Parts: sequence; structure tokens; C-alpha cells
Amino acid sequence: MGLLSAVVNGILMGGIYGLLALGLTLIFGIMKIINFAHGAFLMVAMILSYWLWRIMGLDPYLSIVVIIPLMFVLGYLTQRYLIKPVLDAEKDVREPIGALLLTAGLSVAIENFVLMVFGADYLMAQTSYSGASINLSGLSISVPRLYAFIATLIVTVLFYQFLNKTELGRAMRATGQDRGVALLMGINVPKVYGIAFGIGTAIAGLTGIFLIPFYYAHPTVGEVFITKAFIIVVLGGLGSVPGALVGGLLIGLVESVAAQYMTATWTAILVYFAFLVFLLFRPSGLFGSRYEW
Amino acid sequence: MALLEIEKISVFYGEMCVLRDVSLQVERGEVICVVGANGAGKSTLINTISGVLKPRSGKIIFNGEEITHLEPYQIVEKGIIQVPEGRRLFLNMTVEENLLLGSYTPRSRKKRKENLEKIFTLLPRLAERRKQIARTMSGGEQQMLAIGRAMMADPQLIMFDEPSLGLAPKVVDHVLELIKNIAAQGVTVLLVEQNVHHALELSTRGYVLENGTVVLSGTAHELLNNPHVKTAYLGL
Ligand SMILES: Nc1ncnc2c1ncn2[C@@H]1O[C@H](COP(=O)(O)OP(=O)(O)OP(=O)(O)O)[C@@H](O)[C@H]1O
Ligand SMILES: [Mg+2]
Repeated sequence: MGLLSAVVNGILMGGIYGLLALGLTLIFGIMKIINFAHGAFLMVAMILSYWLWRIMGLDPYLSIVVIIPLMFVLGYLTQRYLIKPVLDAEKDVREPIGALLLTAGLSVAIENFVLMVFGADYLMAQTSYSGASINLSGLSISVPRLYAFIATLIVTVLFYQFLNKTELGRAMRATGQDRGVALLMGINVPKVYGIAFGIGTAIAGLTGIFLIPFYYAHPTVGEVFITKAFIIVVLGGLGSVPGALVGGLLIGLVESVAAQYMTATWTAILVYFAFLVFLLFRPSGLFGSRYEW
Repeated sequence: MALLEIEKISVFYGEMCVLRDVSLQVERGEVICVVGANGAGKSTLINTISGVLKPRSGKIIFNGEEITHLEPYQIVEKGIIQVPEGRRLFLNMTVEENLLLGSYTPRSRKKRKENLEKIFTLLPRLAERRKQIARTMSGGEQQMLAIGRAMMADPQLIMFDEPSLGLAPKVVDHVLELIKNIAAQGVTVLLVEQNVHHALELSTRGYVLENGTVVLSGTAHELLNNPHVKTAYLGL
């Protein structure tokens, strides 16, 4: 792969990281919860999408229609029946950590459940376009990655519009800014939390569906992605929507270009080290979004 | 039938009793003043009416209907809103967004346009600044916005928690004038105010809250002339 190809494919992969990070940053921005189960939800969607393709021959992109509503409901119920009780119990705690521990535990539980039911195999939906690429005078662009990238852009734009232009989006931002006063203004905060967690989970699911045609799924595949998503969220600025996208592109780009010159291990070291140095200078991230919501 | 009837509520933070057997009545169209020192439980009272805090015992009845166990958003929908202590605006949002958020509940959303116009006539400054971020406004302007936001809920009862806190004397006059205006429009007012003299002057009746219990109540005139109120709250 030439440098130009590395740049382009890195950006495309970065878009996928950005999409996953978008869901994470949404949940954090509104609920102030770090959702450790985000990667596990991505994995669940990958596995579901794989088996729908394998058993019923359903194209992964078409499985969106089934899986996304399912993921939304899964997220909504997770917040309603698992997270909410913990949040309520910790209402008066200054530094609540219960919800964070809960999502970490949930992540392990989901991974092991999937391991038990579906096994530890590496699964990928080998569709007709899985290995396809577009060649532009020597520059080779992977088709499924391109689709994923386009989907990321569309979702980010739609999501931004939703937050800024709709009644519910505005109520979500208000809840993120000050949940106490959102309650006083008549916003049903628990419902907003449920919807936010549902949308965040659906976005994780969408990321998984766009990965499955070219990336192997297995019970702990989420862990690979969640670490990057955390970095992206912090890099972009906690809770920042544009930050998630830009952060994702940056990580994807650095990773891909660095891989041209060094081994994967060194790439990881470089990426994390650059990230730490960046945080020293800009602890609030690129879009420093403490005020965003 | 009183608009708001509070029957012997007791409210606790953990094991600490902050309101003990507090009863209070607000008739339609009244301006009720609640007087009390720092820590007396005034904000607690308002937040209990709003449904954010739940009383351990007692009842809250609004328009003849018990609302004690309703969720805060349901209580707003019934027509009770508060202008919280310290304004608590959505500081990163514009003036307009803050106002729109005031009318989030279905009932008030239907009357949004009409109420927005009303508020812009009442507070033309807000109309000029629709697109300004709330954070960048002066304290007085922020208080006006907080009041405008509450009025967008189309309330029957509006509760003010120390609306003049931290404002210059001239702005305080403006705020009190505005409250009078709101009352004149037929909205019932419950007012908590450090500025006891001014507050009582625009009230019909008042309650004195000390250490979480009502120690005194009466018409504004009676309270203004009560020796205890005079020494403890009016500094006479
Ligand atoms: N979240 C809380 N947890 C524990 N105690 C609280 C809490 N909020 C208030 N209190 C206590 O309850 C009592 C009444 O508080 P409240 O805020 O209702 O008083 P207030 O009359 O509004 O006072 P101020 O004039 O200072 O606003 C005080 O002793 C206060 O310390
Ligand atoms: Mg108070």
C-alpha cells in the first residue's frame, strides 16, 4: 500500500471509529456515564448481523432494519432496568461510580453470554462486496470501508441536526447541561436517559453492522474498538459530536500511516504516546466541550 | 377551593428533618410570600411542591387533586413552575432555546407562540437578544430570562426562589415590578425573598418559616407590623 492509499484507507477506518465514539460521547454528554459496555453492544450487533446473513442470507446492510430497532430497545431497557436503579440509589453521592462499574460488569456478562451461545469463532460475512475495491489510478479504496465512512458522515450530520433542531434533541442537550433544572422545566429525565442510551447503543450496533462485511467478529472484538473509542472521545472533547468524528479520523489516519513505517505494536505505542502528550497540552480535548451540551 | 393546599408535610434529607408539619394554603390570584432565614427550608418547600423532593408524610393538593406522588414533569404539566434559586439557566444555549425549553410540556407547547409573544412584549430585551448565549448575559438579564422561561410553561402557579439574589438595587426593583405584572395577569405567585420588606409589600399574605416549621402567618399588612417580623426580618 502506498502512502496515499494508507492515508485514504486510514481516514475511512477512522470514520468507523468515529461512529462508535459518537454513541459513546452521546451517552457521556447527556448522562455523564462512561459506558464500558459500548464495545460489547457493537459485538452483539456484529454477531447478529453475521448470523442473519449466514442463516437467512440477509445482506448485512439490510439487517440494519431489524438490528437497529433491536439495539435501541436493548439500550433503552438496559438503562431503565439496570442503570436507572443504580443512578437512583446514588443520587446523593458526589462522585457516583456505580453506573460505571455496572457497565463494566455488563460488558463481561454480554461477552461471556455470546461466547456460550455462539462460541469463540472468528466470523465475517463474506459478501460479494467484502473484498471489493475501487481503483483510482493505483489508489485502492476498500468498498465496505467506503460505505461505512459514508454512513458515518450521514449519521453524524443527521444526529447533529436531531440534537439542534428537534424538540427532543433540545431536551437532551438541556438534560446534559443541568439535569436538575431539566426536571424542573417538565422534561421527563428518565425517559430522555433511556432514549439517549438507546440511541447510543443503536449507533454502536450500526458500527458493528458496517464492520461485519470486512472485519472478523468474536466475543471480545468490542474491546479492540472500545479502547480506541475512549481515546477518541477524550481526544475530541468529552461529549463533543464533531470531536468524535474528527478524533476518529485522526486516530484512523495516524494508525494507518504509521503502519507504513513500523510494526503494529509500535503503531499502538506511538498512537497512545502521542495521545498522552496531547492531553498534557490540551486536557479538555480538541473541541474542549465542557460547554457543548 | 384553594389553588394549592399543603397539609402537614414533613421533608427529610436522610435522617435530617428539614420541614416539619408544614401547612400552607394559596388561593387563586394571591401573591404569597414565604419569609425565613438562611437554611429555614424555603427552597426545600419549593422543591417539594415541584416534586423533586418527596415528603415523608403529609399531602400536597393542587386544584383539588393530590399531586404529592407525581413526577416533577407531571407537576409542571399541571401548571406549577418555579424560577429556581440562582436562576439555573441552560447557560450554553441561546435565549430562544431557553424559552422554548420552558414550554416543553405538551400543554404549554400548544400555547408556545402566544406565550412567546407575551413574554417578548413584557421583556423586550429578550426579544432583541434571542440569539445570544445565556452565559454571556448580565445577572439581571439572566434573571429576566429565567422568569420568561418559567412563564413559557403557561403556569397557574409560579414560585420564585430568591429572585433578587445578587442583583443591583435598580434591577431588583425591575424584578419585583415584573412579579407584580405577572400576578396582575392572573398567575398565582409564591415568592421566597430575602428582601422581606419589598416582598411583603407586593404580597397578599405571608408565612414565616423558622427551622422548618411555620411559626407565623397572616396578611402582608399584619406581618409587616408584627414585632417579631420587624426585629428578625425587617431590621427595625
Ligand atoms: N441536598 C441536601 N442534603 C442535605 N441537607 C440539605 C440539602 N439541601 C438543603 N439541606 C439543608 O436543609 C436545610 C434547609 O435548606 P434550604 O435550602 O431549604 O434552606 P433555604 O431556606 O432555602 O435557605 P437559603 O435562604 O440559604 O436559600 C438547611 O439546613 C440545609 O443545610
Ligand atoms: Mg434557598
